[in-house]
Amino acid sequence: MTTITADGVLPARTPAGNHLAGAVRSCETTGLPLCAVSSRFVRWHAVAAVVFLLIGGIGAILLALTRWPAVHLLNPPWYYRVLTLHGLNMLIFWILNFEVAILYFVGTTLLNSRLYSAALAWAGFLLMIAGAIIVDIAILSGTSDVLMTSYVPLLAHPAFYLGIILVAVGCLLGVINFFGTLYIAKRDGTYEGSVPLVVFGATAAAIIAVVTLLHGAAAMIPAFLWSVGLMDGVDPSWYRSTWWGLGHMSQQVNVCAMVSVWYLIGTLSVGSKPLSETVCRGAFLLYILFINVASAHHLLTDPGVGAAWKIWNTSYAMYLAVLASMVHGFTVPASIEVAMRGKGFRRGLFGWLTAAPWKNPAFSGFFLSLVIFGFGGGITGVVLGTQQINIMAHNTLRIPGHFHVTVVGGTTLAFMALTYYLVPLVFRREFPARVLCRLQPWIFGIGITLFAIGMSFAGSYGVPRRHWDVEFSGALFATGFDSGAHVMLGLMGIGGVIAATGLFLYIALVVAAVFFGRSNAGAGMEPWHTERSGGEVARPGDEDEHHTPGTLVLTGIFLLSFVVYYFANWKWLSDVWHVR
Amino acid sequence: MKPGREPRKHPIQRLMDNPWWLLFLGIVIPTVSYTFWAWYEVLRMPQGTLP
Repeated sequence: MTTITADGVLPARTPAGNHLAGAVRSCETTGLPLCAVSSRFVRWHAVAAVVFLLIGGIGAILLALTRWPAVHLLNPPWYYRVLTLHGLNMLIFWILNFEVAILYFVGTTLLNSRLYSAALAWAGFLLMIAGAIIVDIAILSGTSDVLMTSYVPLLAHPAFYLGIILVAVGCLLGVINFFGTLYIAKRDGTYEGSVPLVVFGATAAAIIAVVTLLHGAAAMIPAFLWSVGLMDGVDPSWYRSTWWGLGHMSQQVNVCAMVSVWYLIGTLSVGSKPLSETVCRGAFLLYILFINVASAHHLLTDPGVGAAWKIWNTSYAMYLAVLASMVHGFTVPASIEVAMRGKGFRRGLFGWLTAAPWKNPAFSGFFLSLVIFGFGGGITGVVLGTQQINIMAHNTLRIPGHFHVTVVGGTTLAFMALTYYLVPLVFRREFPARVLCRLQPWIFGIGITLFAIGMSFAGSYGVPRRHWDVEFSGALFATGFDSGAHVMLGLMGIGGVIAATGLFLYIALVVAAVFFGRSNAGAGMEPWHTERSGGEVARPGDEDEHHTPGTLVLTGIFLLSFVVYYFANWKWLSDVWHVR
Repeated sequence: MKPGREPRKHPIQRLMDNPWWLLFLGIVIPTVSYTFWAWYEVLRMPQGTLP
């Protein structure tokens, strides 16, 4: 048994909470109150999430082996079918189910509150599952090869749109349940002062989810009515702008949830506290207010909207959200550094980092997620979102190269990392094969990084996204890309195979733990690993909450990388687009 | 400040402690800045005619 410090997570709270008699237990490991009803739905949504991850993962390896020209596995219809399946299962079904689980977990556990409504939770869960199954059947039946975006006038089977609407309504019920939990916790005084930072981050995710789901309804309901013949048509330009209110905003839900998970794992693994509560909350506030306008990135080459709309939404307003990400990008590792230095690991600039609990897969997964998201996703996101540079990159593989390091290397890896606490603490089961658990985040993280590098640089050669055969085999005129692009596509394929190995290993470990793992009920969680021993004796000043020289150096490297990549792209633009 | 009275919170802190205001602003700002503005531009575009 181990005890996990949770100072940075727990608010000052009343001991009793507002739980019904017998409907709460105290976690043997953290001391946190676990609402029985909420825990049940956390488990259901987590299991459903992993099932959809498996479906999406099978799609992922098939796609990687098709876009790798040396293999070119699937035929054209199945390529586009599997691409549709992969996108929806990974970006919507896996992630939304896991996020609802997170909302229920932090809303009840960290606020010491009961779940607002079990009936609402059941309704939400069943709608999400039914909708996802309907969508998957519609796709696999071959009647809905419209890709995730389902741009009209591409027409899918009505069940496709109906299923997505059901998933959105179910998720909205989950979000309403979370807000209901916030309300009764406040009303019943289960905590004092402000909600904990992790709950605030989850609230930001929930607010963004509401906006996302409303846009989803606005796009999908007309498309559904059109598919059943009740409308003559849907304006393609209107649909694109509305759909991206679903498509991109849903990824901002992921960002908020992921950052909240970073703070949570930092606290659970090394006992870190937010560097500055006010600054961190302010960054989440900027997300709430401004991050959703970033959806405009997807319409930067769209003729239906003007330059003022594009520049305002992708630059002036959106940079406030970028500022928020840079705040989190500093405060998360800085809080780890402060915690580790406070424990005596203060040798040199990075002694705190080398002594961190790397044998804890939750920590290694979280830190890899932070690095991959920041260096890979953050830098490329801002650059690709610049209107002029976007002209070179739009609809090339650079775009999926970007979002595979944000949503997959960032969000999915962070959620995988959290699982290494979620299963022992909520399912009360221990992971078997702990060596494999420790390897899993590295395999997945390295694989997805190689995959995204291959994709991005192949895209830089102009290789289009969503294209079955970039060589145009059998065309009357010779075409295709030079050998450099093929090297990058090969790297993408190899990275994809490695990442898929890490993904399937994760699923196997979770299944083994949940169904066959040793129970830790009554004993508490077996520790993964604590910091390396040998820390020096803490001295006065070690606990200085602003002494973060190592993080400052890392931040400097990040900013330098940002500047180099940004100006390299402008230079490249000036080379290919002569303005005289 | 009189004894027993809670210190006055900064307006931004009060905003951050009120999820309903956050929800309202979180819906209104992107919906106006991104969605309604885009719809206005798209819908005022004249219909194209075939040659």
